[in-house]
Amino acid sequence: MPERNEDAQAIKSSKDTPMSLVERQDTMHEDSSVWTGGMGSASDYVALLKPRVMSLVIFTAFVGLMLAPGSLHPVLGAVAILCIAIGAGASGALNMWYDADIDEIMSRTKKRPIPAGKITRDEAFAFGITLSAGSVVALGLLVNWFAGAFLAFTIFFYVVVYTMWLKRSTPQNIVIGGAAGAFPPMIGWASVTGSVSLESFVLFLIIFMWTPPHFWALALFKSGDYRAAGVPMLPVVAGETSTRHHIVVYSILLAPIAVAPYFLGFATPVYGVVSALLGLAFVGMAVDVWRKRDGEPARLACVRLFKFSIFYLFILFALLLGESLVVGA
Amino acid sequence: MVEEEQGIKLTDEQKKKRRSRSIAIAAVLAALVAIFYVVTIVKLGPGILNKPL
Repeated sequence: MPERNEDAQAIKSSKDTPMSLVERQDTMHEDSSVWTGGMGSASDYVALLKPRVMSLVIFTAFVGLMLAPGSLHPVLGAVAILCIAIGAGASGALNMWYDADIDEIMSRTKKRPIPAGKITRDEAFAFGITLSAGSVVALGLLVNWFAGAFLAFTIFFYVVVYTMWLKRSTPQNIVIGGAAGAFPPMIGWASVTGSVSLESFVLFLIIFMWTPPHFWALALFKSGDYRAAGVPMLPVVAGETSTRHHIVVYSILLAPIAVAPYFLGFATPVYGVVSALLGLAFVGMAVDVWRKRDGEPARLACVRLFKFSIFYLFILFALLLGESLVVGA
Repeated sequence: MVEEEQGIKLTDEQKKKRRSRSIAIAAVLAALVAIFYVVTIVKLGPGILNKPL
């Protein structure tokens, strides 16, 4: 009987590969009168947008927009930031659509709407695609098409290059995938100027170099999660010692790049001094992670570096923003 | 004999969630209307409707 064969195949394939929630729902609810979709409230859809990541994107894009030479009407500036934020949120939703199988396993992500059973994968996909297209078209029509195209490229880079390709295939996933998170200040800048420049590239470079040590510090104290989910993060594949070497090297590269805005003339000496001191502290904490290899002290050093890295990036961009407001006034 | 209703039947919980989504969509649409209205004026100026044909 063909139906039986299909059932048997479904059960067999479910043993070979972990089932996505949609497949699981399909096999669990044979009674077609019970539809398992439509369980997401508005707040579940907001959670799909990864609001915390979105807040960082809004902030860095705003800094890029404020630092750019020339002027943009405040209403258009607000629209640009909104479009960039929605585009980033859409990337997050598409990331959760694709990574539902991984999210189900990791403690950090298993409460996300798809693994929690509130939103189906199809719903997340439709939501993500709609918002992606909407944000790109709106940014293109209302602000400028260069910025719109840049946003489209960023979404493509995060969803296809990072999520679908690199994340599951190489331990360097964070390094290259981090570029997607580093583009927002360049898009903010492009919203004003319609182009890219050395200054906006430096803003990109700061976030790009910051991302690997930030995530590797997290991966060191959450490596069990990534191992269980089969994500080839550096500590899982290359080992914790190699990861510690990488963290130190990237921190040493990051510190001088973070001071570059001062040397390139778009930040004051105050920024120069503060960024240099924070860079030294960053390298110091990275060395601490490198030195402490075992037990609770090692874990604490990683947590400390992870938390400091967030503070570090926030202060750098806040200073650049503050200076642009003071100097521009 | 009453014929049994066909198709998907929503549970009360699903109806509640759908209502919350509908309100959110309405709010987003209203915001989009406002944004396009304001941006039109910003980009084209308040005299957009006073141009000779």
